[in-house]
Amino acid sequence: MSSAPGVNYLNEKSGLWSWLTTLDHKRIGIMYMISVLSFFAIGGAFAMLIRWELFGAGKNIVDAATYNQFMTFHGAIMTFMVIIPGVPAFLGNFFLPLMIGAKDVAFPRVNLLSWYCLMVGAAISFWSLFYHGADTGWTFYTPYSIQTDNGTTWLVAGAFVMGFSSILTGLNFIVTVHKLRAPGMTFFRMPLFIWGLYSTAVIQVLATPVLGITLLLLIAERTMNIGIFDPAMGGDPVLFQHFFWFYSHPAVYIMILPAMGIISELITCYSKKTIFGYRAIAWSSIGIAAVSFFVWGHHMFVSGQSEVAGIVFSFLTMLVGVPTAIKTFNWVATLYKGSIEFSAPMLFALGFIFLFTIGGVTGIMLAVTAVDVHFHDTYFVVAHFHYVMVGGTLMAITGGIYHWLPKMFGKMYNEGVARFSFVLIFIGFNVTFFPQFVLGAMGMPRRYYDYLPAFEPLNKVSSLGAWTIGVGFLFALYVVVDCILRGKKAPDNPWGAKTLEWQTSSPPPHENFTTQPVVTGGPYEYR
Amino acid sequence: MMWWLLMQSAQANTFMPPAATDIAERVNSLYGFLLWASFISCVLVIGGFIYFAFKYKRRSENDKTAYISHNNFLEFLWSFVPFLIFMAVFVWGWAIYSQMRTFPEDALEVHVQAQKWSWSFEYKNGRKSSGELLIPVNTPIKLVMTSSDVLHSFYVPAFRAKQDVVPGRYTALWFKPKYKGEYQIFCTEYCGEQHSGMLAKLKVVSREEFDDWLANDPYKGLAMEEVGQKIYTARCAICHHTNDQKLVGPGFGGLFGREETLQGGEKVMVDENYLRESIMNPNAKIVAGYPSGQMPTFAGQLSEQEITGVIEYIKTLK
Amino acid sequence: MSTANTTEYHHHTAHHFDSADAEYRASKLGLWVFLMTEILMFGGLFVGYIIYHQKMPETFAAGSKFLDWKLGSLNTVILIFSSLTMALSIYYAQIGKKAMVLYNLYITFFCGVGFMVVKSIEYSHKIHDGLLPGSLFHHAAEAGSAGVAHLPIYFSFYFVMTGLHGSHVLVGMGLIAWLIVRAHKGHFGPQYYTPLECVGLFWHLVDLIWIYLFPLLYLVG
Repeated sequence: MSSAPGVNYLNEKSGLWSWLTTLDHKRIGIMYMISVLSFFAIGGAFAMLIRWELFGAGKNIVDAATYNQFMTFHGAIMTFMVIIPGVPAFLGNFFLPLMIGAKDVAFPRVNLLSWYCLMVGAAISFWSLFYHGADTGWTFYTPYSIQTDNGTTWLVAGAFVMGFSSILTGLNFIVTVHKLRAPGMTFFRMPLFIWGLYSTAVIQVLATPVLGITLLLLIAERTMNIGIFDPAMGGDPVLFQHFFWFYSHPAVYIMILPAMGIISELITCYSKKTIFGYRAIAWSSIGIAAVSFFVWGHHMFVSGQSEVAGIVFSFLTMLVGVPTAIKTFNWVATLYKGSIEFSAPMLFALGFIFLFTIGGVTGIMLAVTAVDVHFHDTYFVVAHFHYVMVGGTLMAITGGIYHWLPKMFGKMYNEGVARFSFVLIFIGFNVTFFPQFVLGAMGMPRRYYDYLPAFEPLNKVSSLGAWTIGVGFLFALYVVVDCILRGKKAPDNPWGAKTLEWQTSSPPPHENFTTQPVVTGGPYEYR
Repeated sequence: MMWWLLMQSAQANTFMPPAATDIAERVNSLYGFLLWASFISCVLVIGGFIYFAFKYKRRSENDKTAYISHNNFLEFLWSFVPFLIFMAVFVWGWAIYSQMRTFPEDALEVHVQAQKWSWSFEYKNGRKSSGELLIPVNTPIKLVMTSSDVLHSFYVPAFRAKQDVVPGRYTALWFKPKYKGEYQIFCTEYCGEQHSGMLAKLKVVSREEFDDWLANDPYKGLAMEEVGQKIYTARCAICHHTNDQKLVGPGFGGLFGREETLQGGEKVMVDENYLRESIMNPNAKIVAGYPSGQMPTFAGQLSEQEITGVIEYIKTLK
Repeated sequence: MSTANTTEYHHHTAHHFDSADAEYRASKLGLWVFLMTEILMFGGLFVGYIIYHQKMPETFAAGSKFLDWKLGSLNTVILIFSSLTMALSIYYAQIGKKAMVLYNLYITFFCGVGFMVVKSIEYSHKIHDGLLPGSLFHHAAEAGSAGVAHLPIYFSFYFVMTGLHGSHVLVGMGLIAWLIVRAHKGHFGPQYYTPLECVGLFWHLVDLIWIYLFPLLYLVG
């Protein structure tokens, strides 16, 4: 089935209805893009408000109750609505079939359903705002989450529904990777982004149901007071933490593994060089996914779990460090004797390595039991996970969006502004979060509305940095909108990349390839 | 270069509050090592890629690059060396962590009660205090802690000591302060609106001073309202102003003798009995405009003398 | 691809699959992955059950005495039998006996109805006696019997586990009803029986979960 020249997935049909009922993975990817970017704007706005409130000690703009809502919604939106669907459901949806030479994902209707699950879940979450919001933090720790008198139930129910979105996407990707690879596309010829998505999908499918049942129990707890997590009825509040982190620690890898995959694509493409140690990087994704299920207790060193548990979880957490180190060193080695172009996506990839390395080594510090006792629930932890989630995942997403914009919309973006956005985001990021390491070392606990005067100077610096990031992302948004509206026509393969998605037209036709691609070699054959 | 690094690492250590126990000093050495190791690995990775990035900058569109697929030895090296370092810090951390979790036999026990949003302490002889934990220097102290409402976490940065406080069970923590002085206690588990205000002081004093303090009636020679003021500062001030401004709960200024409208529309006169009921059974009569369930009960926590003191103190606030 | 016969239903393979067989195998893999998520979801509950059973064994022993093991056994038999008829319907589809497909689907569906009827009898007893989860519990348990202190938690587990399972039975019945409609239209035959196979697997899983729930709640004291 070949389509007429000039017809692509964007202009093949028109009208809002054709989008809302589409089964094309590319269109669903674009719908995810719009939703995720909107949620990101909302979550980002909460971040700006948080930093504004923390600009000085005492009250700045809102009272403590409102601040706790900001903190809760910032966390919940950014995890459940931005970073978890961000890479797999948006970029993954668009590029997974293209990169393995498939016409679509295995179950297109399920794919569309997953987008609706996200939207319905998000709507339910925001519905909580009509019931005085929620103030539990995104972790919903019991028994506070049972006792607090507001719309927490809605937020929890929303997260439950969004979990289905994540499960369905993961399910689809697993089957697609197993059953729909193009002829000649063996597992070890798949691009590393696909390996990242595949490992992520395994986690999504195995971990999310446990979150589902946990949230369901929490809803039952709030509506019927079933008592399983409620100490007042003989229940165990710490069990909730075990259940919660059994999902939410692997969820951290849902956020970072596909981002690491993007970095492998960017590094090879913009240094025109094959990846160093393909198999090691591929296997390390699987390794991280496997070990990620056995490290949740490192969130609970001081929760009252046994000493033995603390030690075992510390040991297992160290094991995650090894495959992560391999990836990082292999990326650096890939640059050796390459031909490196400092284009915006590459800047984001290099920025990723910079920030992720800092996030990684501080992660090791937190994995050391005795040191974590001091750092647990302080700003050190806040700084660490922002270095990994923002400095890691969001940098990768932004770089990935720039990299693939020409393929998604068939237009070129403004390179100058894109590079400028990197400079602002990168500098702003370090100014925001590096001081938070120091604040944590000084002992400033997290989720604090107010703080001691000794913490004030560094908090001021941090807030200034946060606003710089905010401006940086506004520039990034401008680049995307400008590209879509006014960009120059893009060639099929502007970067000279070797992976399959660049071998079709930009933007791709409805069925991705006019002739079925046949794969004869690895993904990064830059010779 | 080495000197500069040493200075950096020494200064980095001072970001933490000065260590006030032996264990805190051990944590500091481990943390110092981690900072060093991290700094070196960051220099290797970040320096490495910046060097490569500039050295192998693209000269022209037709650049040919080396085709290097992998190198087993190198890859083994940079997974095995980090592994060794990880194992070393794991064992090191384990050693200190077991010391933190091994309670000395002869420790002085203090019971800690956490509730929204204050800390109170009770000694073996029945002496109570709130908002301030007084302990003797150079003595191992064991805190046996529980919470009456939600999760809290007891944290003294200078001791590198932290433990969650869980309702319905006891958790414990020990330390042996080396120096006299005043230290900050934080709550580090999110516990609601005034989480960041749930602070207390830890005072380390000489043995004599401690024994003296322990044996004495804390309110000796104080008028009733002065007793009440002490309790107010430690337990009530986090949610109630002394003027008539609303914080979490109503301000105490001018409260006594006022007529309030309850949630159900009933009227109630704020007299001694209403105040007493509100302290002991806070959710019985909630004034309209305030959420229920915010205030914890103080039944069993305050003595008759203290309750009367608080009521008398409120009467003095006009 | 031949055009569809006017009398004979012909399933169209989705455009992105090479062949009907590829589609069938992808659907089956997808379903197995889905079943894995179901197992993990119930797995969370089972882990919670085990932990609490260990913490308060007397409570669980006392609690299980309130359940009627005869009704539970009856339901077990019903579900196992329905799994058999479900499997038979797939078998008859494979050998092309469409009447038998329908016949077996109807039996399976009514087994589901039977299960839910028994379940609702049990539930209404519990509701009547005040044996309800958590704070809704208001049964006047005879004083002095061991473990009665935490009985509400036992019934929280009972209702959450059987409730979640029951909702799966309902979903399964809905799917079987959909299969019956399609079977009436003659959609299934030796060439195409993927939906039968997939719903069948789901139904077996629901059955399997009950086989674990039954002894844990009714028999283990």
